[in-house]
Amino acid sequence: MMNLLKNLIGWIDARFPLISTWKAHVSEYYAPKNFNFWYFFGSLALMVLVIQIASGIFLTMNYKPDALFAFASVEYIMRDVQWGWLLRYIHSTGASMFFVVIYLHMFRGLMYGSYRKPRELLWIIGMIIYLALMGEAFMGYLLPWGQMSFWGAQVIVNLFSSVPFIGHDLAILIRGDFVVSDTTLNRFFALHVIAIPLILVLIVVAHLVALHEVGSNNPDGIEIKKHKDANGHPLDGIPFHPYYTVKDGVGAVGFLIIFCAIVFFAPDMGGYFLEYNNFVPANPMKTPEHIAPVWYFTPYYAILRAVPPLFGSQFPGVVAMGVATVIFFFLPWLDRGKVKSIRYRGPIYKTFLALFVVSFVGLGWLGLMPATPTYTLISRILAVVYFAFFLLMPWYTRIDTCKPEPDRVTSK
Amino acid sequence: MKVIHKLGMLALLLTASAMALASGADVHLDKAPIDLKNTASLQRGAKLFTSRCLACHSASYMRYNRLRDIGMSEDQIKKDLELPEDVKLGSTMQAAMDANSAKLAFGEAPPDLSVIARSRSADWLYTYMRTFYADPGRASGWNNLVFPSVGMPFVLADLQGKQVLRVENKKGHEVKKLVLESPGTMCTAGSSLCVAGYDAAIADLTNYLVFMSDPSKMVRYDLGYIVLGFLFVLFALLYALKKEVWKDLH
Repeated sequence: MMNLLKNLIGWIDARFPLISTWKAHVSEYYAPKNFNFWYFFGSLALMVLVIQIASGIFLTMNYKPDALFAFASVEYIMRDVQWGWLLRYIHSTGASMFFVVIYLHMFRGLMYGSYRKPRELLWIIGMIIYLALMGEAFMGYLLPWGQMSFWGAQVIVNLFSSVPFIGHDLAILIRGDFVVSDTTLNRFFALHVIAIPLILVLIVVAHLVALHEVGSNNPDGIEIKKHKDANGHPLDGIPFHPYYTVKDGVGAVGFLIIFCAIVFFAPDMGGYFLEYNNFVPANPMKTPEHIAPVWYFTPYYAILRAVPPLFGSQFPGVVAMGVATVIFFFLPWLDRGKVKSIRYRGPIYKTFLALFVVSFVGLGWLGLMPATPTYTLISRILAVVYFAFFLLMPWYTRIDTCKPEPDRVTSK
Repeated sequence: MKVIHKLGMLALLLTASAMALASGADVHLDKAPIDLKNTASLQRGAKLFTSRCLACHSASYMRYNRLRDIGMSEDQIKKDLELPEDVKLGSTMQAAMDANSAKLAFGEAPPDLSVIARSRSADWLYTYMRTFYADPGRASGWNNLVFPSVGMPFVLADLQGKQVLRVENKKGHEVKKLVLESPGTMCTAGSSLCVAGYDAAIADLTNYLVFMSDPSKMVRYDLGYIVLGFLFVLFALLYALKKEVWKDLH
């Protein structure tokens, strides 16, 4: 039996780089040995992507992308399809948990300077994944065809119509109609189940290829490739398999415990993962009193609302919202610090990073709330803090007093 | 220790976002005593629902035979709910009144109630069905504390009786209070609470609406414990494996 397997692998290997690929990316990919808790979120993001694709395929088998039947078909899945409720809750929980994992993954990058040279392109590819994910989530949210699906899409697509000159046509191009309608539902469905997932998978592969080209960063923010043994392996590196496959396995099951606790005991998460108003079928004639996007979009939504309109146009807010997402791309060149990791950064960077977290979480909360004058004022202050983190970075990272980096990685 | 510290940070982030839940409701909602293990209550709720609510409302995603989940046999479903001969057990719950005439009668078509407990909360429904009061200014003659100017007439008035609104001025605050003027069959005179009779019936009905809004709840929790139990064992095994594999590193 073993012989047969060996022969088969030999046969494949003569025709396809099976063993060499396995070695290059798994068994002989050397990762720093000092990864901590924050380094789980990359592999977790990959796992959630697989969960979403797998559960999504089965949902697609029973869902009907038709304005007349969409809402009912989701309830059909919840009630009449065998294990349909489980598939649906896995998918809806997966959407929110994808953002939880990605936000923590990005925060890890901020803390340890993972976007710095030579990982600029890795960071940029990651940011493209993040933007694609936002598009994927936004289009997927229309599909249940509830009140929040409909009015959320209506509000967001209307933002595009504030673009000068081409806005009106641009919004029609996106919707395929003058209002969000059956046509919009159909094209969002096509983009959600085919176009964006294809792109996502491709750029996730590119993200991994780029990672394995430059090697992983680590909590010390130093390059392990500087010190190699006689075989050319980094002294502070360990093969990804078996060390990190077993470690990530522990992380994956730990994550699944939280994931399943949500799926089985609180799938709507108090209205955050599944909004209560989305259990009312979409009604184009009835605008809900309070339209709030899902929690993972609310920091940007709060920034949008914080910017005062110019000549009655919301365009400045839309620009601010766009810049708030795109500004991450420029981090590798905004950061002028002598060290990468927060462990060796001075107090100024630490303060700015802490303020950034406060502004991001605070804006996220404010984006869920109605825009009262007090809340708008707080949103404006936090939006300024948000942008200050990026725009003042070239200055404060340069004058910050850093501690000396160690020569070799440390374990804490 | 570091990991615990970081988990603490995560928990802090989560609680900060959970605080956003505290949304401002103007009327105090009573806590609905929901108990999905109480099949007797669910069955009483189902009876009240099919005999009263289905006159005008539909529950078009709910099939009659799904009532087996709350312990009713097919015979019971047919007999206890007094289903007409032409209604099949596998069919969904349709309103007796057709949507067009309902719209003409009430100004707006009565909403489908399949998932009403998810869009409104159980507490809201429990309070709503107990806070109707007579209001001569309304075409239907009825108004409601948590749903002002509601289109629905109070179809359970024969059970609860007639409540009237009293606005009292307490230290500059206007306090709205309902007083039972003439008790119905489920309430006794002099008591404005009707705890044993009408309130209990509405608790059953709310309980049923919660079940109907997501029948998966009947199996989900039990299954969840098994799944989590399995994952905890797997976690322990993988953690031991990780320790073993990492032993030779220093």
